[in-house]
Amino acid sequence: MVMADTRIVEVKNLTKRFEEHVVLDNVSLVVERAENLVVFGRSGQGKSVLLKCIIGLMAPDHGDIFIKGTNVLKLSIAKLNEIRKNIGFLFQGSALYDSMTVRENLTFPLKRHFPEMPQKEIDDKVKHTLELVSLEDAIDKMPSELSGGMKKRIGLARSIIPEPELMLYDEPTTGLDPITTKEISELILNLQKKLNMTSIAVTHDLMCAEIIADRAIFLKDAKVAYEGNIKELTDSKDPFLKNFFGHELIKA
Amino acid sequence: MKLPHLKFGRRLSISDQIYNFFATMTGLTIFNWEFIKQAFLPPYEIGEVKKHMDELGVKTFGIVSITGFIIGLVLAMQSQPVMQRFGAGDFLPGMVALTVVRELGPVITALIFAGRVSSGIGAELGSMRVTEQIDAMEVSAVNPFKYLVVTRVLATTLILPVLTIYVIIIAILGGYLAIVISEPMSWQYYLSSVLNSVEFGDFIPGVAKTFVFGYIVGLVGAYKGYTTEGGTEGVGRASTTSVVLSSLLILIFDTVLVKITLWLWPTLG
Repeated sequence: MVMADTRIVEVKNLTKRFEEHVVLDNVSLVVERAENLVVFGRSGQGKSVLLKCIIGLMAPDHGDIFIKGTNVLKLSIAKLNEIRKNIGFLFQGSALYDSMTVRENLTFPLKRHFPEMPQKEIDDKVKHTLELVSLEDAIDKMPSELSGGMKKRIGLARSIIPEPELMLYDEPTTGLDPITTKEISELILNLQKKLNMTSIAVTHDLMCAEIIADRAIFLKDAKVAYEGNIKELTDSKDPFLKNFFGHELIKA
Repeated sequence: MKLPHLKFGRRLSISDQIYNFFATMTGLTIFNWEFIKQAFLPPYEIGEVKKHMDELGVKTFGIVSITGFIIGLVLAMQSQPVMQRFGAGDFLPGMVALTVVRELGPVITALIFAGRVSSGIGAELGSMRVTEQIDAMEVSAVNPFKYLVVTRVLATTLILPVLTIYVIIIAILGGYLAIVISEPMSWQYYLSSVLNSVEFGDFIPGVAKTFVFGYIVGLVGAYKGYTTEGGTEGVGRASTTSVVLSSLLILIFDTVLVKITLWLWPTLG
């Protein structure tokens, strides 16, 4: 089945349960090219599970996931890997390879995706990507020598170095101070503009969402309960949304 | 590859423990089959295999040196009075060499290797699993099983026989030291007694079975690490159960392999 060209991701009637606990119940969503979609929801509401189903780390119990018109759930692992080469994923804990330096972390996907790429080009790409995240000096450091914010930046650099069309962010600012949160969020936005990426970001950080989101959905009771832009969600009269965003608004 | 889940908890019933035993054996068999399938498919991460062999060799060199030397030393020290009592003192170098070559060298080296390496692989892959590094590899379109498991299992399989040969040599040196402390014996006499006693047929089965032991150490460590669940507690569990299971399997397979060896080469009996 071929989707319209502007649809990068289309999730249809996705259901995922862990034993008796249903975490995603008939969830459907569409993400257009160069759009930043933010997925809100309380902890344990299936936000990360949704991302892991899209990238193929978890198999849903029911439903379909199309990426650029291809149903990824029906692909062999080899064909899925071809699609994955065009997707970046930023993990909540950054998931840097801790036995490798920052340089090796960044060259790892490049060397495997583009075995013919000359070393000079790889080196230039690593340098340029580290400049984008303002961490050129960390190139020979080990992940254990980096702070939480630096790890997020390097994780981001590793995800974007193959210049993917689609980025998936799992809690990109969780555990960071407000200043670093703002910096990372602006960095995500700038990268999206510069590289014309499409993205889905899972978060409960309103500041991050306000900076990066073109559109947002809210997962509640395993379903998409609300959808709109950030202003519509934060200004909503719905008691649940008022309660959820209230804490952030008081701070603002 | 779908592997059975184990049951965890502070107090497991006997039925849960029996279930876990069979689930582990089933999981290990599936994991083993996956290894066989993937080891022969490209890309071949030869650089990674060499890197792991280097690391494992360096990591275990000290401990196997000491162990090997002590095995030979103690074996000769304990056997010397008994053999002299029966007037068989001249056979001591040959007895030390045969015992070390046929059984003690391969098995003790494999058990030390299991303690040092299987736990290390279990902990390393386990912590990669719980910190999502294995998932990160998978989403970046790299086959983590091939990159992390196949390379390590090949490395342990290839390095253990090398370490075993080294341990056998060190143990024979240790045996010589034990003998010369109590009675004068020239190195040339000791060496010629050793070489006259040990035949090629003694050496080959002894060293050949260490390929199997090395495979067990790598496979069990990788299986326990790769399937780790339950955060840091799970990493600890992966590390300790790797040692227990790989040591147990080494001893079971040793029994089977000795029986097969005696069946194939009846003259060794």
